[in-house]
Amino acid sequence: MPGSDKTLDKRPLSPHLQIYRWPVSMVLSISHRITGAGLSVGALMMTWWLVAAAISDSAFATVQGFLGSNFGVFLLMGWAVALLLHFFLGIRHLMWDAGWGFGPLAQQQPVVLGSGSRIYRITGWGVIGITIGAVLVVWITGFRVWR
Amino acid sequence: MTKQTQNICSSLKPRRNIDPVHSGSGAWLAERLTSIALVPLTLWFIASVISLGDATRADMITWLHAPVSLILILCLIVATFWHMELGLRVVIEDYVHNISIRKSLLFLQRGLCIVAGLSCIIAALCLGLLEG
Repeated sequence: MPGSDKTLDKRPLSPHLQIYRWPVSMVLSISHRITGAGLSVGALMMTWWLVAAAISDSAFATVQGFLGSNFGVFLLMGWAVALLLHFFLGIRHLMWDAGWGFGPLAQQQPVVLGSGSRIYRITGWGVIGITIGAVLVVWITGFRVWR
Repeated sequence: MTKQTQNICSSLKPRRNIDPVHSGSGAWLAERLTSIALVPLTLWFIASVISLGDATRADMITWLHAPVSLILILCLIVATFWHMELGLRVVIEDYVHNISIRKSLLFLQRGLCIVAGLSCIIAALCLGLLEG
């Protein structure tokens, strides 16, 4: 907010993140953004991968060597987690865009604070569960094929 | 007048900290369309990458010589970098408050997405159409 001398006044906030319970939809929302930003870096890695393959054998061997190193495998595993989480959360977003998935399960249900009767909480936990399953499938398949 | 309304009234110049894009609804729709396209394309890409594994350059050339793979990877590249540009745009607009820095970053990120996307497209075409 501007002060009388037109500079920003930095007034303290009372603590909130470390006090109030974190709703699952809040955690998933910021995770969707964080994984999106991380996947942008992953897309640049994909660019390096493809361009090196187009350039020469040695350039591609460098990329594959980096991706096959311990750090590279760690990055790839993290990339799989980010991709799958962003993927399933994105589908949840698309369902919302189509109009489905808000509000209480039963139309006439009164608003009860703290109850689990909001369908977006159920889809939220569902996404977490599906992502964990998909990540395990991808990791295990990847390791089986590569080692 | 209270001090707060005095502050607001004293700065009734036209707002300079905004940069209207004029195509917000187009961007919203493009984000949804690229997302829908990316659902099958991402699954295909994950499966391809896993099956490629310890590929050599020759394996990549063989992979992309199949017309279906070439088509799919080109669609994937366009959808990914378009989707990425839209997403990064939203993030920068949310978190960067200085108008000059924000405009520069938005310009740079769009340039980066275009250059990276073009590089990927040309690389894929080289792998898929040239004989190695």
